Amino acid sequence: MGFLKSFFRELRYYPSAIVGTLIILALLSLAVYAVVAIPYHRAVFLWRGTSDVWYRNPKMVPPEWVNYFRSKKLPTTVDLDSRQQGLVQRNEKKLGKGKQIDLTYTFNYTADEFPPEVVLYFYPTYASKQPFVSGEWLTPDGRKIRLGNFSVTSGYSFHVGQDKDIARRLRRMLGVDIPPGLGLFVDPASLPKDTSQPVDQKALRPLKGRYTVHISAITFGPQDDIQAELLVYGGVHGIAGTDHLRRDLTVGLLWGAPVAMAFGLISALVIGLATMIIAAVGVWYGGVVDDLIQRITEINMVLPFLPILIMVGIFVSRSLWMIMLVTIALSIFGAGIKSYRAMFLQLRESPYIEAAQAYGAGDGRIIFLYLIPRILPMLIPGFISAIPSFVFLEASLAVLGIGDPVLPTWGKIIQDAQANAALYKGLYYWILEPSVLLMVTGLGFALLGFALDRIFNPRLRQE
Amino acid sequence: MVPSDDPRDKALVVEDLVLYFQLTHGIVQAVDHVSFSLDKNRAVVVIGESGCGKTSMGKALTRLLPRNVNRYTGKVFIDGVETMGMDDETYREQVRWVKISQVPQAAMNALNPVLKLKDQVLEPLLLHEKGISMEDAMERVHAVFDFVGVPDGFIERYPFELSGGMRQRVVIAMALITNPAVIVLDEPTSALDVLTQANIYNVLKRIKWEKGTSFVLITHDVATSSELADDVLVMYAGHMMEHSAAEEFFAGPLHPYAKMLMAAVPKLYGEDELQFIPGKPPSLLNPPTGCRFADRCPLAFEKCKLEPPTYRLGNRLVKCWLYEKEADEIVSSPEALAGVSA
Amino acid sequence: MSEQQVQEAAFSPAEAQDQPLLSVRHLKIWYELKRFGFLHAGYVKAVDDVTFDLPRGEAIAVVGESGCGKSSLMKAILGLVHPHDGQILFEGKDIWEGGNAAMREYRMKVGYVQQDPYGALPPFMTIRRILEEPLILAGIKDKEERMERVIRSLEEVKVTPPSDFLNKYPHMLSGGQQQRVVIARALIRNPKMLIADEPVSMLDASVRVEILKLLDEVQQERHLSVIYITHDLSTVRYFSKRIFVMYAGKLIEKASTYEILHNPKHPYSWALLNAISDPLAENATKLRDIPPGEPPSLITPPPGCRFHPRCQKAIQGLCEVEVPPHFSVAPNHDVACWLYREEAEA
Repeated sequence: MGFLKSFFRELRYYPSAIVGTLIILALLSLAVYAVVAIPYHRAVFLWRGTSDVWYRNPKMVPPEWVNYFRSKKLPTTVDLDSRQQGLVQRNEKKLGKGKQIDLTYTFNYTADEFPPEVVLYFYPTYASKQPFVSGEWLTPDGRKIRLGNFSVTSGYSFHVGQDKDIARRLRRMLGVDIPPGLGLFVDPASLPKDTSQPVDQKALRPLKGRYTVHISAITFGPQDDIQAELLVYGGVHGIAGTDHLRRDLTVGLLWGAPVAMAFGLISALVIGLATMIIAAVGVWYGGVVDDLIQRITEINMVLPFLPILIMVGIFVSRSLWMIMLVTIALSIFGAGIKSYRAMFLQLRESPYIEAAQAYGAGDGRIIFLYLIPRILPMLIPGFISAIPSFVFLEASLAVLGIGDPVLPTWGKIIQDAQANAALYKGLYYWILEPSVLLMVTGLGFALLGFALDRIFNPRLRQE
Repeated sequence: MVPSDDPRDKALVVEDLVLYFQLTHGIVQAVDHVSFSLDKNRAVVVIGESGCGKTSMGKALTRLLPRNVNRYTGKVFIDGVETMGMDDETYREQVRWVKISQVPQAAMNALNPVLKLKDQVLEPLLLHEKGISMEDAMERVHAVFDFVGVPDGFIERYPFELSGGMRQRVVIAMALITNPAVIVLDEPTSALDVLTQANIYNVLKRIKWEKGTSFVLITHDVATSSELADDVLVMYAGHMMEHSAAEEFFAGPLHPYAKMLMAAVPKLYGEDELQFIPGKPPSLLNPPTGCRFADRCPLAFEKCKLEPPTYRLGNRLVKCWLYEKEADEIVSSPEALAGVSA
Repeated sequence: MSEQQVQEAAFSPAEAQDQPLLSVRHLKIWYELKRFGFLHAGYVKAVDDVTFDLPRGEAIAVVGESGCGKSSLMKAILGLVHPHDGQILFEGKDIWEGGNAAMREYRMKVGYVQQDPYGALPPFMTIRRILEEPLILAGIKDKEERMERVIRSLEEVKVTPPSDFLNKYPHMLSGGQQQRVVIARALIRNPKMLIADEPVSMLDASVRVEILKLLDEVQQERHLSVIYITHDLSTVRYFSKRIFVMYAGKLIEKASTYEILHNPKHPYSWALLNAISDPLAENATKLRDIPPGEPPSLITPPPGCRFHPRCQKAIQGLCEVEVPPHFSVAPNHDVACWLYREEAEA
């Protein structure tokens, strides 16, 4: 091992190696962080994305930092939940057998664009009779718009931005026909003077300032109660944005790292070691053993790799471990065997091997303690350089639809984006983020791999 | 023998030759201010251990240099013509293989495996004597093969069909075919058997006697070097330690290192004990200051902390403080050199 | 006493009557040539009917050019290659009888020093590890005992202080030091016999002497039998008492070192001696008398005496027809040459 240390010390002299190592370390820390912060089961649970997990996120919006590059800022989500302390003002009055509960939501709107959705979620608890709710919307310039009266059942959601009655009221108030999601926020000064023409929605601007929403609810039972959550969905979310299932992409991107690393590292390592050992055994014993290994290798190299993987994925299982297993099995008897064999054939004639035979070393000992350690340094750059190809393989399979169905991976994100026409819709972040991560992974390992190759392979050195 | 003689009368005159290489971790001072001369029709053998810079000196003489040269200065007169001042193109056309040619180390492996021997030996001739007719050229090839002792039939063969000794003769033929004034040979027989070795030296002797060529023979094998030597040059750690005529040298070397080298040569006859030199030569990367042999020299004394000048005793040159008093004159001194290079 | 008498006395009749340590009888090492991978196409007769004895405690040299078969002979003695015919007896027992266990025992008693000191050492193992390997294979499990023996072996070959070198790798040592480690490794199991294949030919001139002296000391102190294989006759004098000259797979002369150097009988031995130079300036003034031609192919060697195509003294009608047996020209001096057919057969 000390023998290898001297090689690694050489790395200092190669800036590309240092950059590559830093990238890899960053990726590894990301992977470790992902597994620690979001344990496996939680990640799977989150990624399954059932309705109550992600409902607070807007759908298919870019990350918050795009606002730095925009002159017209997109809003962030406003989430006012009466169940949480201090966000919502609450007044209660006894009323008959039940109560009258007044909830007041206030928020400051400063964005230059309209929110995509506005929803009120109600969480009533009642014995028999549903509570009755009425709501009112106050704009910063003092206009009041009645939101409606209705009974709320458990899990009732009121889509303010799409309600037809509110739309009617807004038309009367503003004189034009626009969806309530815009109408509740529009700055009247930006409305067109000529009302006969259809409205150009892009010309409208929201009114900035303090908005207030009053919810008045009447409950009918002594234990009855009601909570409500106002969600003014933003146009941006989080570090990475969201997808069609409102999932925060950071989960997928984070978890993609350990998946990619695991698949790449394990595949490359197992294949590298197995190939080397098999080649050594073949060369040392020669004769029938060697011939057999060579024939198996040649036949295996002819077999089509990707179609077999696809067939396995469709007919057997799409789990990550199965894919990795098949990949490894098909890759071991590959071109690596041939090139290692050439190297071992040369090594076999070395004087120190002859000396070892003379002092009585057995076959196994010679293979593992005398032949293989000689080649091991050459294994390392090959191993590092092979990792990205397995990472890309996993991603490609996911894009093709053969990826692991439950795990969040970078390939899966790309596949979701494609399936939802992300590029057509202009949601570039959705494709770019996983792609950039894949490229950076490839870059990091390639840089380090090339530098290692120059170190471990003396013939390539610049002397 | 002394560099101040007229260079035109001599086969080779070397004045203050320096060749340093640049490595990532320092400068290798392979040839460090070497000066000597070689009369026509004589052979000088350059002897020394591995790592003493003798191979580099061979390269310096024929300007077959690698890319990482740090310093390459001095004057080299080959057959009367000063060559260090020439640019590479002129050197290639007028000097290399015209005035001086080389038989490199492991020459047997220097043959192109996919070309017939005929073509390989023809090539230097066609390159340097433009306008020679094919008939004349083939005649010369036959003649030179005959001279070195390769049977005629081998002209049409490939290198792998020949034994090591035969291949070495072919490489010597390649160096000889343009009739240069000087041939540089680097370890010409190190991988060959005793009988083949003796045969090759017979060929070299005949070339010297019948063609009048001068030789620079680089080897670590002191015993066999005596087969060809008219002059002996001893190198150690990049410095020339002694330069004498062969009769004087083999009868009694001057420099302590040369004495110990001679005492370490196994001899067939004779009853004396073998002596060996403890320690190992210094690395050329950071050679020690002062005399570079001092730490292994049994006769070292205080003054050896300074680098000795090269003294002349009669016709012999020696770089050692022990000869300060008997010397006829100082031929070159380190202080003067330091002034030049600073 | 003159050197000759000293050497003759070295193997007195009393010692010669002891059973020799190693006995090689009519050994043939033939490598099969195959065409297309399976068709028989002849043999390379690297060693062709070689017979000799190696007494205990004696150092002999096997001298010959490359291609004469000495490497194959050495490999056969080390048990690395199976003989086509003939026997190799160590302490009276054939080394190939008795299966793996017997071969392992035999290997414990033989040490091997190779030509290339750097190539003979695994570059990725420390010196300590390199020396421990034979001990581990001998079944010595106690780490301390192994360490002790490693240190003692380094001291024996004068690689001192041992602690400085234990953790170094081969490339950090000089050529001479590497070869000392190789010798230490060969001796660490206290063998009875040492095979040294050109142990100094890849070393610098000044280092060769050290190693030859070391081998000589070691051989004397341990009373080892040594087979020293080389093509350089000039080193033989410092180390071996007897010389066997080998040519084209056969032993052609066996005698004490003094005899070979001063009274060589076989024409090839004359040629060898003639070709070697002592460093004298007069060498440059004359050509050396060398037999023409080259060593023959071992696949189709010449009929009769294998040297006859190059021999100045070949006897027409005899040398090219019949293989000469060994003739005893003096006590303990045998020559396989028809020139001495008047003498008794050995």
